[in-house]
Amino acid sequence: MKSFFRMSYPYILWIAIFIVAPMILILLYAVTRSGNSTLTFRFTLENFTRFFSDPDFLRVLGTSLRIALFTTVFCILIGYPAALFIAQQPERRQTFLILLLTLPMWINMLLKTYAWRGILMNFDMDSEIKVFIGMVYDFLPYMIIQIHTAIAKLDRELLTASYDLGANKWQSFLKVTLPLSVPGIISGITLVFLPAVSSFVIPKLLGGGNYVLIGTLIENYFLVAGDWNFGSAISLIMALIIIGAMYLTRKLDRDAEEE
Amino acid sequence: MERKKPFWNFFTSGYLILVLLFIYLPILYVMVFSFNDSKSMVSFSGFSLRWYESMFSNRDMLDSIKNTVIIAVIATAVSTVIGTVAAIGLSKARRVIRNIILEINNLPVLNPDIVTAIGLMLLFLSLKIRRSAVTLTLAHISFCIPYVILSILPKLRQLDDNVAEAAMDLGATPWKALTRVILPQIYPAILSGALIAFSMSFDDFVISYFTAGMDVQNISMYVYSMKRFNPAVNALSAVIVIVVTMILILANLIPHLRDKKNKKEEPET
Repeated sequence: MKSFFRMSYPYILWIAIFIVAPMILILLYAVTRSGNSTLTFRFTLENFTRFFSDPDFLRVLGTSLRIALFTTVFCILIGYPAALFIAQQPERRQTFLILLLTLPMWINMLLKTYAWRGILMNFDMDSEIKVFIGMVYDFLPYMIIQIHTAIAKLDRELLTASYDLGANKWQSFLKVTLPLSVPGIISGITLVFLPAVSSFVIPKLLGGGNYVLIGTLIENYFLVAGDWNFGSAISLIMALIIIGAMYLTRKLDRDAEEE
Repeated sequence: MERKKPFWNFFTSGYLILVLLFIYLPILYVMVFSFNDSKSMVSFSGFSLRWYESMFSNRDMLDSIKNTVIIAVIATAVSTVIGTVAAIGLSKARRVIRNIILEINNLPVLNPDIVTAIGLMLLFLSLKIRRSAVTLTLAHISFCIPYVILSILPKLRQLDDNVAEAAMDLGATPWKALTRVILPQIYPAILSGALIAFSMSFDDFVISYFTAGMDVQNISMYVYSMKRFNPAVNALSAVIVIVVTMILILANLIPHLRDKKNKKEEPET
């Protein structure tokens, strides 16, 4: 049976070329200056100082974080009750409702966003609100499904026990269901916050040309300005912020559990 | 337990209906307006099929549909084969090695698309490979494989190793043990991996946008690059919604029907 392990050799070669090498390249480009040839490059941190010393870039970063945060919070606020109510339905109806929720997820995100562009033409509103609606729309099903999975896994006996011990419905929800569904919220946050920070399709289609998020910035430096070094540095900064945010969320979750 | 309260039931059903309406709103909206006889997305002035005609006479749009389907079929086939082979190999790997490879395998799943996209773009640029339909397809294969592996590996680890061992003890070659014993058992997981791969490739925008050259466009890139609002996209969306719904109904129905058939064939115990 051990000989079957050899079957993964081609894939190990594949990930070395198509996953590991690209990550190393981003890192290399981020810490070098443009125009250097690959053989004589000199390390520099000037791409990073350039980003953090320019108020315009910092403002874009702030906007991206703000809209991603709002999107995540609203997905939880709208999604939690939905997930809870689905979990309270009979088994068969739950399966059907989850199927209804997942169906639109298979449809091209660009086409759905383009449809929102048509709908929002009816309203005169701020571009940030349009982008926000588009993002909540796009990510809500992921949040609902993650939270529903966590709630559906709960042991029903726990709730019965809680009622037997005299808790009412509301108290049982606060003391039993909510704390035990936190892992679902956490994985929902991962699935919403992360792509929301880096999104550049929704801001472009719904926010118009002047609404710039960090994803738009990366796109511009790569495909318009052709400054791959600075573009790599921006995406590295973004990736680090996302990893930091995820680490913080997980830590908060663990601290809450220990209490 | 508490008694059911009619008001509460009414409230929860109403809430769920509102959420579903929100989720289906843009889909229903484009379907209705794909039959509008004016260019407006605000008022419906009458029924017409002009946007469907416009879609079928638009070369660029038709080309983008063709490209999307061809790339998705190739990417699904190649990534399913590589992913299945790799998953079987990994399931027999030492735990340390398997975990390291899985961590790397998860990178494209966890990374924002744009990071994966520029990484691949830099790879092609530094290898001096001109970006084209070929680099685009390679990129698609590359981001589909992790999903195939993630859908097959858990199934493989549930399998009883002894069955394949027994087959080989009874004289089966490793190849036979693989094709006659292991593959039939993980076949549903392979199918769902392939379905995920197909949909990932079909819907991808970000990675395609950075790894394709100027000479090739998929549907997403075509929609993104359109300068003015074009209602023919409504017709395109409506067609895609219908096709996707039918595929999903079939995909959900086939295992169900097979189960029923199997139950009939099996003698009752």
